[in-house]
Amino acid sequence: MPKKIIIPKKTQMLGQAPAERIHNFNEVTWGYTEEQAMSEAGRCMECARPGCIEGCPVNINIPGFIKLVAEGDFRAAVNLVKETNALPAITGRVCPQEGQCEGLCTLGKKHEPVGIGNLERFVADWEALQGNLHVPVIAPATGKKVAVAGSGPAGLTVAAELARSGHNITVFEALHEAGGVLAYGIPEFRLPKAIVRREVEYVCSLGVRLVRDFVVGNTATVDELLEEFDAVFLGTGAGLPWFLGIAGENLAGVYSANEYLTRSNLMKAYRFPEYDTPIAHGRSVITIGGGNVAMDAARTALRLGAQESIIVYRRTRDEMPARLEEIRHAEEEGVVFELLTTPVAFHDADGRVTGAECIRNKLGVPDASGRSRPVPVSNSNFSIAADIVVIAVGQSPSPLIHRTTPDIDIGRAGAVAVDEKTMKSSKKGVFAGGDIATGGATVILAMGQAKIASRAIAEYLKTGEW
Amino acid sequence: MYRIQKKQTLSDTVSLMEVNAPQVARKARAGQFVMVRTREEGERIPLTIADYDKDAHTITLVIQGVGKSTMEMCGLNAGDGFATVSGPLGQPTKIENFGTVLCMAGGVGIAPLYPIARELKAAGNRIITIIGVRTKGMLFWEARMQSVSDVMIITTDDGSYGRKGIVTEPLKELLEERGDIAHVWAIGPAIMMKFIAETTRPFNIPTIVSLNTIMIDGTGMCGSCRVLTDEGPRFVCVDGPEFDAHKVDWNNMMQRLQFYRAEEQAALEHWRHKCQMGAAAAGVKE
Repeated sequence: MPKKIIIPKKTQMLGQAPAERIHNFNEVTWGYTEEQAMSEAGRCMECARPGCIEGCPVNINIPGFIKLVAEGDFRAAVNLVKETNALPAITGRVCPQEGQCEGLCTLGKKHEPVGIGNLERFVADWEALQGNLHVPVIAPATGKKVAVAGSGPAGLTVAAELARSGHNITVFEALHEAGGVLAYGIPEFRLPKAIVRREVEYVCSLGVRLVRDFVVGNTATVDELLEEFDAVFLGTGAGLPWFLGIAGENLAGVYSANEYLTRSNLMKAYRFPEYDTPIAHGRSVITIGGGNVAMDAARTALRLGAQESIIVYRRTRDEMPARLEEIRHAEEEGVVFELLTTPVAFHDADGRVTGAECIRNKLGVPDASGRSRPVPVSNSNFSIAADIVVIAVGQSPSPLIHRTTPDIDIGRAGAVAVDEKTMKSSKKGVFAGGDIATGGATVILAMGQAKIASRAIAEYLKTGEW
Repeated sequence: MYRIQKKQTLSDTVSLMEVNAPQVARKARAGQFVMVRTREEGERIPLTIADYDKDAHTITLVIQGVGKSTMEMCGLNAGDGFATVSGPLGQPTKIENFGTVLCMAGGVGIAPLYPIARELKAAGNRIITIIGVRTKGMLFWEARMQSVSDVMIITTDDGSYGRKGIVTEPLKELLEERGDIAHVWAIGPAIMMKFIAETTRPFNIPTIVSLNTIMIDGTGMCGSCRVLTDEGPRFVCVDGPEFDAHKVDWNNMMQRLQFYRAEEQAALEHWRHKCQMGAAAAGVKE
């Protein structure tokens, strides 16, 4: 067998130039062409012990689907991906691949890893272009009913998995649009909402019933659901935004990232007044935080016409939790990074925010997260002028479920306590996964937990044993 | 779609709608609210539930047309529907027998106050009601409020009905004259609730207000509705909507309420223009 020629660099997706894209909300990258996809798939070493599958929280048969792409059998490739991942067009776009599949790619040890995420996106988009979604075989009806609270990545995954096994699934969504964080949180330019709708339609095509405007906890409590359903899966996400607890945080013009992004994404405030929901168009916008949500907010601000969009982050670029691609895109677009910086107060004129007073940090010894702790430098105070501030320092599960389900155990940071092997909560018949169980993580981790929960729910439905 | 079963015009700017929303009607309690959206492009507006009928599967909303979205809502008729009605949200009113309770409403606040007064009355309280409106034409539900009140006082700013003046005047007199008022409930414009809070504060009488801040999801996710209280920041949607009036930072709340004033004006003009264009186009067709 001839030795494979190694191409050291990943095939780059083409896309909009930074100067152009900051004036619109269209997707930044365009995805691979068929030729690009086959050529990138050809870079896979087909190694004997692929690390990529291990690195994938939903264990997609990555070498398998990549081989099919290389051979040009895109239909078989997408079907194989969907065996384990119901939402490939989404995860292909939003997964932090560098820390997962691509981080463990053998080729990546010496060169750039195979563009696994790009290829996953390609096969999903290819299928959508064909027009007809392939609906897999659905097992005969079991007569068992499962309620899924939340239509985000965790809820959709559980719904798809269990529906394919013949169970009767109802998904309850609090908002008027399905998708959870995919709909309200991640911007159009990173994850077009048409794609989210397409993936939701796919899940519904498996026989899943979707009920919108239904707030589990309020519209019906978990106990009420248990009267009608054999099991309940809680995938209600991390709905409670964190604030900093500093002076001026309640001034007009200070947004949580959840609010800023929900206005823009879910409510389409960037199309105001065609859409009714307004959003402030700041000249100078400060975003506090270093995760994907912070990048999304800072880049949204540019697209809303900000002259200056400034990220204030307390550590350095290396410690930022955001995906590398998001940081790179933000930098290309001209987002300014004030690193090793912490806001200590917000200032105002007549109750409207006018800027942030900040201090500089230096890096100290690592903290519980393993990242170096920022240590304030005394007398380093300085001010940044801004007419909008967006706080993107994380979120935790909303209290709606806890307050209305008194007998469910709550663990760290308001998360529902679960057995990680089964995602069982302390309450019989109730499972939980995604941000409501982790306190706040990624789309794909939520989906991984949802897969574990699906297996445990199926088992519970069969045996009735808790 | 959540169908409007019945519409009634209550005053020049206020409409009542009975809306088919079985999942809300089944659970609704006094003091709670719903998020409502007219159509796909509409914004989500929090509206306090004015009444609910489990058996008829309906909730009653009373809407005052003050901005684009609420005016558009008031323009809907029986047979039309809302794209979103989600709830019931927020904490229900904590009903107890306090003794004598003063129930105060300003303007459209009469509607959400009614089920609270009714429940308080049913719990054995003596109800003194004070309703304030700008002018007689804006008064509605007088008989309905009367039916759950032991004493009723109506004020109008222009003196066209009842007593001329604002609600804090009879409030202050009652507080000075009577020693038996155990609790005050107040629902109305922010400025009215602020002055009621200032009036009852020296008398140290527990005063509950129902806040109507800007919201998007209504489930604690966006934090847009947050208010500063003596106990720290609170979310109106999940911690409220009722708060101890003496602990609310009213100035901060009003500043946040006014944040989108320019955009609200722009939306209203855009909408009026569109309506005129629509009317003109319809005229041409005829």
